[in-house]
Amino acid sequence: MRARLVGDYADVKVLMSHPMTTGRRKDRKTGKLIPAHFITNIDATLNEKPVLTVECNQSISKNPFFGFKVKGAKAGDKVTIGWLDNKGEKDSITGAVS
Amino acid sequence: MNHQRRTFLKSTSAAGAIAAAVAAGLLKPTQVLAADWNKSAFTADKAAAALTNYGISSPSRSKDVLLNAPDIAENGAVVPVTITSNIPNTEMAFLVVADNPNPMAASFTFANGAEGFISTRVKMAKTSYVKAYIKANGKYYFAEKQVKVTIGGCGG
Repeated sequence: MRARLVGDYADVKVLMSHPMTTGRRKDRKTGKLIPAHFITNIDATLNEKPVLTVECNQSISKNPFFGFKVKGAKAGDKVTIGWLDNKGEKDSITGAVS
Repeated sequence: MNHQRRTFLKSTSAAGAIAAAVAAGLLKPTQVLAADWNKSAFTADKAAAALTNYGISSPSRSKDVLLNAPDIAENGAVVPVTITSNIPNTEMAFLVVADNPNPMAASFTFANGAEGFISTRVKMAKTSYVKAYIKANGKYYFAEKQVKVTIGGCGG
């Protein structure tokens, strides 16, 4: 994650490591469908306040990328981004605006 | 031996273990995420149904909604898309790939100073219109762009 201060807003870019499988493709070796496994929810907060809430499905590319902008941010502000997938797995990352 | 009884005992004890784990806080739902997921919209196979499921009605085409996507995507697995809304009080954005098996790709809710802007990458099964819907002041606006896909990317 990178949160850069540009003027009076934070330009946040985040890359998540996730397979984002659709459940439509077959495994070449076994011939069986690879189960769907994708991120469904993403939450971003700035100093604990929600700024961006995302709901998505398997249409988002593998290793999802999101970029967004938050006005009124200052250097040192804490940015936290968390995700949850359709299997209940989750992860989060925290960084600071610089 | 009574097999049904065996199965019953097995399944109930497994369920009991899960309930105990939940009670112990081991499987507590994530605290960061609200985890609302509009299943009917995200699994709809027609764009119109997906929009209805999200309550998007009579959207009007707007020049204040900017949708940036390539004219031709050489790799349908990774198509960069950027939505910018210049409409005041933009609350939400929706990203739709009209001809994907499930057209609704994502919804974005902005709050506490987040601008009506989002940049991401989507998969496209084939050449299709990409549509960006914006919710602002209780009304809906949209912009669209056709993206030609040379190699489909809905595998993975």
